[in-house]
Amino acid sequence: MSDHTHGTHEVGEIPPANTGAIWRTFWILSAITAVEFTLAYLMKAGGLRTSFFVIMTLVKAFYIVGEFMHLKHEVKSLIWAIVVPIVFVIWLLVALMTEGAWIGISVFG
Amino acid sequence: MAATVTHDTLTTDSDAIFDKKTWMGGVEPMKVSYGKLMMWFFLISDTFTFSALLVTYGLIRFSYPAWDPAIYGEVFKFSNLYWPTPEMVYAAVPFLHGVHAPLIFVGIMTFILIFSSVTMVLAVEAGHRMDQADVEKYMLWTILGGFTFLGSQAWEWSHFIHGTETGTTISEIVNGQTIQRTIFGANLVENQYGPPAFADLFFFITGFHGTHVFSGVILNILIFYRAATGLYARRGHYEMVEKVGLYWHFVDLVWVFVFTFFYLV
Repeated sequence: MSDHTHGTHEVGEIPPANTGAIWRTFWILSAITAVEFTLAYLMKAGGLRTSFFVIMTLVKAFYIVGEFMHLKHEVKSLIWAIVVPIVFVIWLLVALMTEGAWIGISVFG
Repeated sequence: MAATVTHDTLTTDSDAIFDKKTWMGGVEPMKVSYGKLMMWFFLISDTFTFSALLVTYGLIRFSYPAWDPAIYGEVFKFSNLYWPTPEMVYAAVPFLHGVHAPLIFVGIMTFILIFSSVTMVLAVEAGHRMDQADVEKYMLWTILGGFTFLGSQAWEWSHFIHGTETGTTISEIVNGQTIQRTIFGANLVENQYGPPAFADLFFFITGFHGTHVFSGVILNILIFYRAATGLYARRGHYEMVEKVGLYWHFVDLVWVFVFTFFYLV
């Protein structure tokens, strides 16, 4: 880093920006959000629409974590250290959804 | 950064000797600095907090009846007897008073946050190129996006708290007698849009997320200041921008889930 000893920048030494992947990710996220909107307006609420929403949300999460947070390009041990604990969230989700449905039956009949 | 002991480059794949010592200190087995790794682990713990809030929303929503046109009538009305359809609750847009525009404003907020995530990652990219002017520019855009989101959320909260013009008439049992009462807006104990728990969860989930956005804006301002005064240029790297960037993207990520599971579903 000996080139950068002075705080002020000289125009010649800064390499050009490389932002292709960033903007590609932005367009993917925007497009998915736009599709979610369209579905919210066009489809009737129900299990099918909800599953579309869940899938598209997970795709968006993949791009945000993978590209913006750069996790896709980290070493495998770091990727797994972050991804594996999410199993507990899935467990919690399944357990409490089931519980909620039972509370509903017992309270409201 | 790894403390250099005797060898020049201490990576896990540089030398067979180090395979045994990968996890014994002095090297970075995950090839990220201590600070970045700890930011990741903090974010995982924060993931659990937000997951708990959203799963709680699911639990309580599932325990209430949903609006059923066959029972409650074809036209959706607010009632404390069933869980509201979110798009009926969040249908107002600033400057368009009385216009029914479901989810439009929430959609705008979503795009604001996605866009501020993009400017954040552009700031990180500029940091890799040691381009101080670009880091400053993109950090300012990110801060602006954060404030815009917070302002939008303040408007949405205000609208939610004050309620619609007509309010909702609810029946409740007071001292053994059923009385009718019209309530406007929502707070932690009563809610014109549905069961009080719906308003409670709205305040808790979006409030907790908004607090994160607010902390993120403060951190971004700090990073902007330190970049603008040349601290990172003198230090020789802009890794602090990356660490705070991780937090900022996480806030965006949480909003993606809140958007789906609170507003869309």
